[in-house]
Amino acid sequence: MVCLARFARLVIGTGVLLLLLVSAASPSIAQQVNPTASSVKEQQLLQELNRIQGRVSIPDQRSGVLEQPAGREWREFRNVTLHWIGGIAILGMLAALIIFYLIRGTVRLQSGRSGRTLVRFSSVERFVHWMTATCFIILALSGLNVTFGRTLLLPLVGPEAFSEWSQWAKYAHNYLSFPFTIGVVLIFLMWLAGNIPNKVDVAWLKRGGGIVGHDHPPAYRFNAGQKAIYWIVVIGGGLVAATGYELMFPFYLSGIEGMQLAQVVHATVAMLFVAVMLAHIYIGTIGMEGAFEAMGSGTVDVNWAKEHHSLWLEEENARTGANDVRTQPTAAE
Amino acid sequence: MARMKFLCDADRCIECNACVTACKNEHEVPWGINRRRVVTINDGKPGERSVSMACMHCTDAPCAAVCPVNCIYTTADGVVLHSKDLCIGCGYCFYACPFGAPQYPKVGNFGSRGKMDKCTFCAGGPEADGSKAEYEKYGANRLAEGKLPLCAEMCSTKSLLAGDGEIIAQIYKERVTKRGYGSGAWGWKTAYRETIES
Repeated sequence: MVCLARFARLVIGTGVLLLLLVSAASPSIAQQVNPTASSVKEQQLLQELNRIQGRVSIPDQRSGVLEQPAGREWREFRNVTLHWIGGIAILGMLAALIIFYLIRGTVRLQSGRSGRTLVRFSSVERFVHWMTATCFIILALSGLNVTFGRTLLLPLVGPEAFSEWSQWAKYAHNYLSFPFTIGVVLIFLMWLAGNIPNKVDVAWLKRGGGIVGHDHPPAYRFNAGQKAIYWIVVIGGGLVAATGYELMFPFYLSGIEGMQLAQVVHATVAMLFVAVMLAHIYIGTIGMEGAFEAMGSGTVDVNWAKEHHSLWLEEENARTGANDVRTQPTAAE
Repeated sequence: MARMKFLCDADRCIECNACVTACKNEHEVPWGINRRRVVTINDGKPGERSVSMACMHCTDAPCAAVCPVNCIYTTADGVVLHSKDLCIGCGYCFYACPFGAPQYPKVGNFGSRGKMDKCTFCAGGPEADGSKAEYEKYGANRLAEGKLPLCAEMCSTKSLLAGDGEIIAQIYKERVTKRGYGSGAWGWKTAYRETIES
């Protein structure tokens, strides 16, 4: 028994001694490792994440991003791609409208004016429309200035005048975004009921909307073309507003890469938006006789309603009684 | 003419932040702005490295390319400077910069960021060299006095090098050869489209 205990003690003692030796030896192994062998490699980090981030001891923690070469792709978009998108969309639309005008001319009232008018847009509706429209024009011009001003305007007016104008344009762009956004929200709520697509729109589109040829397909208060404009304003306006505010409040929603993406969406949607609005302005002014009055004085000629919005006229007549159509002296316009 | 560059030897940087402090003091940089900063990668882990970073004064600078008012320019020395009189504070340079160099003195909401501020390689701005207006807007113009950027001049381990690109690349190469390792010239590939072979 005693012998066995002594043997066990010997075995345990040897084991502990060996363990101590090993643990004592391990630091000397570590010392042989070159401490620089495992140093971080810049290119490897960039390949893995496309950015290098670390810790900083200054209060501004955002400066912990050491390197993010993604700006290169954004630069390519801003300086090349966007110029093409904007140039093709806007100049293309202008060219198309001019050609269309030369071929088709103004869409006249086929049966002439009846002299009787009915209310199409209330004063509230017109106020919201023109508030949004005014903001849009200023936002579009100041926005186009950021993209094209350096190439087109700067050489003409010189750096000082161009900077001064651009500074004011920037403030206008930022602050008018608020009434513009309110306008888009009101437009969405105010005209939603009349802009749900239905079967009449399919038929209207099949007949070319009366734009091609001299057809007059029936339509309710808003035809398929107007519904398209409505949804472009609501969705496009929503997108430019959301991305615009992300840029206006840096680092609230995202870091630099999110802001680069926001600028890409903002600028692309805005360019297409401007092109579409050119067509909207065309058809609302020189493109069609009697159309501007709807948003101008708020009333349209009964014959205009009959030709372009026959189903709406029927609805209005049913609602008010056919003989009740508010007659007004013919406006001078 | 020399082509001015920065090079941070990350194997020497001890993250003392003296370059950051020297820069702030020399140029009386506005509150909240750090033209230079030290970023520590793999903090506390094996292979930890610290890199002092500011504007790298890129070749074909992206900030200058995207500026809508064309207020950023490259000098004959390869230093990227800007005019605070022309800057409209739009933030485009700050989207394009790979190194996070452009900063704005105001918090930034509603686009009222104020004029962009960044490292000038201690070379001031478009105003007359050493003038009061230049100092107030951009800080000291050491280059005009024949001196190199203060951050590199006073770096205690001589980790941060500033000066003619070829000369500082040569110094770095010699160091790497002598000590047998080097984690590379940080940011050079992005800024100058070249690396230092070691």
